Amino acid sequence: MAGDLSPGFLGRSVPRVEDARLLRGAGRFADDIALPGMLHAAFVRSPVAHALLRSVDLSNARALPGVRAVLTYADLRPQLRCDRIPLALPSAMLRFDVDPFCLAQRELCYAGEPIALVAAESRRVAEDAARLVELDFEALPAVVDARQGLQSGAPKARLDCPDNLVAQTVLEYGDSEGAFAAGSIRVTERFRIHKGGGHSIEPRGVVARFDAVEDMLTVWDGTQMPHRAKAVLVASLGLAEHQVRVIAPDVGGGFGPKAVFHPEELAVPAAAMLLQVPVKWIEDRLESFTATVGERVQEWEMEAAADREGRLLAIRGRLYHDHGACTPYGVALSYNSATNLVGPYVLPAYHLEIQVGLTNLVPAAPTRGAGRPQGTFVMERLLDGIALQLGIERDEIRRRNLIAPAQMPYATPIVTRDGKAMTYDSGDYPECQRRALAAAKWSEFSGRQAAARSEGRWLGIGMANYVEGTGRGPFESAAVRVEPSGEIRVTTGATAQGQGTKTMLAQLVGGVLGVPLEKIHIVDGDTAASPLGLGAYASRQAVTAGNAVVIAARLVAEKARKAAAAMLEVAPEDLDLADGCVRVKGIPGLKRSLADLARALQGTPGYALPGDLEPGLAAASDFQPGAIAYTNGTHVVEAEVDIHTGAVRLDRYVVVHDCGRMINPMMVEGQVLGGVVHGIGATLFEWMRYDESGQPLCGTYADYVLPTADVVPRIEIHHMESPSPLNPLGIKGAAESGTIGAASAIASAIEDALKPLGVRITDLPVTPARLFALIRAAEQRRDSR
Amino acid sequence: MSSHQVAVTVNGRLYRRTVDARVNLADFLRHEIGLTGTHVGCEHGICGACTVLVDGFTARACLMLAVQADGRTVQTIEGVAQADGPLHPIQAALSAHHGLQCGYCTPGVVMTLIELQCENAGATLTEAEIRRALSGNLCRCTGYQGMIDAALAVLGGAQERGETS
Repeated sequence: MAGDLSPGFLGRSVPRVEDARLLRGAGRFADDIALPGMLHAAFVRSPVAHALLRSVDLSNARALPGVRAVLTYADLRPQLRCDRIPLALPSAMLRFDVDPFCLAQRELCYAGEPIALVAAESRRVAEDAARLVELDFEALPAVVDARQGLQSGAPKARLDCPDNLVAQTVLEYGDSEGAFAAGSIRVTERFRIHKGGGHSIEPRGVVARFDAVEDMLTVWDGTQMPHRAKAVLVASLGLAEHQVRVIAPDVGGGFGPKAVFHPEELAVPAAAMLLQVPVKWIEDRLESFTATVGERVQEWEMEAAADREGRLLAIRGRLYHDHGACTPYGVALSYNSATNLVGPYVLPAYHLEIQVGLTNLVPAAPTRGAGRPQGTFVMERLLDGIALQLGIERDEIRRRNLIAPAQMPYATPIVTRDGKAMTYDSGDYPECQRRALAAAKWSEFSGRQAAARSEGRWLGIGMANYVEGTGRGPFESAAVRVEPSGEIRVTTGATAQGQGTKTMLAQLVGGVLGVPLEKIHIVDGDTAASPLGLGAYASRQAVTAGNAVVIAARLVAEKARKAAAAMLEVAPEDLDLADGCVRVKGIPGLKRSLADLARALQGTPGYALPGDLEPGLAAASDFQPGAIAYTNGTHVVEAEVDIHTGAVRLDRYVVVHDCGRMINPMMVEGQVLGGVVHGIGATLFEWMRYDESGQPLCGTYADYVLPTADVVPRIEIHHMESPSPLNPLGIKGAAESGTIGAASAIASAIEDALKPLGVRITDLPVTPARLFALIRAAEQRRDSR
Repeated sequence: MSSHQVAVTVNGRLYRRTVDARVNLADFLRHEIGLTGTHVGCEHGICGACTVLVDGFTARACLMLAVQADGRTVQTIEGVAQADGPLHPIQAALSAHHGLQCGYCTPGVVMTLIELQCENAGATLTEAEIRRALSGNLCRCTGYQGMIDAALAVLGGAQERGETS
């Protein structure tokens, strides 16, 4: 199907069209937008994790020179059609409605929750005033551990809910009980898995302007999902769709949290409408630590049964998931963790009880990987445990359990939320593992390890396999129009936060129409340009928007051919489209450019259009993928542990990655590299900690450590291309995949390095202090024997 | 709040402004004189997105007050290449090696590498030296490898490494 793309456009690492502006500092991010008369907002936030607000004294703040307004929930409520922000993703699992408020009404449910909005002539003055707001509140006991919060007698995280169990479900298939009774061996393990925040280097930001002349609200929002933001604003503010436009300007990284609609995204537009002036709010880094959603803690109590050869028979257990104080994004996290556990393996029976607990912490919602790294971690750790018990090599136990290529497409027994079997569409998992092991020289490692150990160095190697469901629907929109000037204008509901979305789409459209990338203008992330759209989540935009633009561009090409046939008085099959011109085959001078055809199709007063065609050289497509396309990969990493400090250094990192056909391999590698390093951070460095009262212990990058250039290894990436049968281009998503295998592979390498001590890695992150404690405990066990 | 007159040369042009003592250099550049290419990521001196050159040396514009820049010469990302001219070799290499994605940390990365180039004029840098030099610039998109390859291409001489695949 992709055969009519010009060679050189698909699978080619063309330079990005985004780069020049960004390299010159000429991007336009939310904080770069300045509007006449604009006020600057700062938020008064809850200083405690749980309390009842008795009163708020705004008088000193309102009296400060330069302050225009200090607004509470009561002030904004007349602008709103509903109390809570209508956000809930539908889920039968959810037991209570815990959608957030745009400003806290009475009960404060996490430290950082917004209580009041100050609008002032400068951000500095707004922050001064925010500090002058006096809060009188009655402190309440806080729930900071989901599992403890689910025990009887635990305090309530929200007084408006009967208990803390916000959602529960059982994911099960097969006869787990029978399998455990029949199994030869059993591995039991408890995992406590933390994963941190998105930490885009640009924090969130919103600029809102209500234009009374046009009766129109325009919001520039650093969001991954402008169409969803618009829908929430329409519903919340009681405006009609034509009165709301949301634009995602240049966005400095997303990684999940910017897909979630946060309270400030409603409070700022509501304030702009109330005050009748533009209002800007730019998040500072402390706010991004305390008030931006991120992932947090899952506790898993798990058991695996296998036969004597190490073949998996069943996995069962329980997952306790920390959900935070409200529900801005449904239950996607725990669900992804639970389903992704199965991974690229044949698992005959599975029984997982999932309990999702409210806590007095900022809501938990997806960051890159979206719960999948945790499920993968559990499966990969259990496999290592079985291998250890049976004395089988770690690569061999995986080989015995991997789904074979002949089994593709492989329908797992899991039924997904769209009611269909979770089905892996294509891939060769054993070959992927084989290539990774070969590239990393796995079989020769024991020699390197022994040599290092004789020098007192503790080296280990680890590996992991994983899958990622990508390209989630239901659709993405695209429209391609050739303007009479010859400019190709592409509009789409897709949004960009650095992925190279414009380049990817321009490459595809250019490939179909035979025009250079600089003639193609992509308009993404603007609800006024595309009436429908979904945006960036679930590694989906190459699959959904990529196929949509190709389908639309092919319709444009077909129409161009028909128009040219009429104008040149030849049959359409005698025409070729290349280099932006439709030419008569074999007669070099006889041609019409796309611009000529677009001019003809825009019409001349009183004359018929060529070939009785519909007006305009344009077409649209909303591509709906039939199912999820599964990307897969294998990571192999070598680690060196300093047993005197617990520090881990990664020496060598190999990834074999299969995301189907690649549009731009350079950009695919960029996605994988960024994902792997995010995974390294989550494994070794990043830890969002709170004390027992729910106070955040991290508020700067001195407390919360992101991976830096000097601590990450060179990462070697190899590609396989198993085309997806689910879309015309045969592509799969690549944005999150790199994150998914990292923790599992690194943990396995650390265990391998410390094998003589018998250290077992079950908790993340593996910080030096934590690993040092594990090493010390193992040494004491050894010495006391 | 005390106000102060400052005269700062930015990208070759002298700017005179009256500013509050507490206005930092990043806010001064971005909001007082409208050069928004310098980005603010953490406001506590760690992420490096706001890195500019002051009298030729890198400085965190979020940790320096505008009044401290009085009488000094500042170079920002807008001054690296002419608006209508070709990119600086470091900028061009960052594009060629996919050393940027969202572009938010990029101005700080460029300024750090320009200082590195000036400090090591003619010398050949190793990958480890470049990694150390870039360790003060946080990037969440790229995993750093593309920007390190870009720096190696310009500063690494014979030790340049090719594509990773």
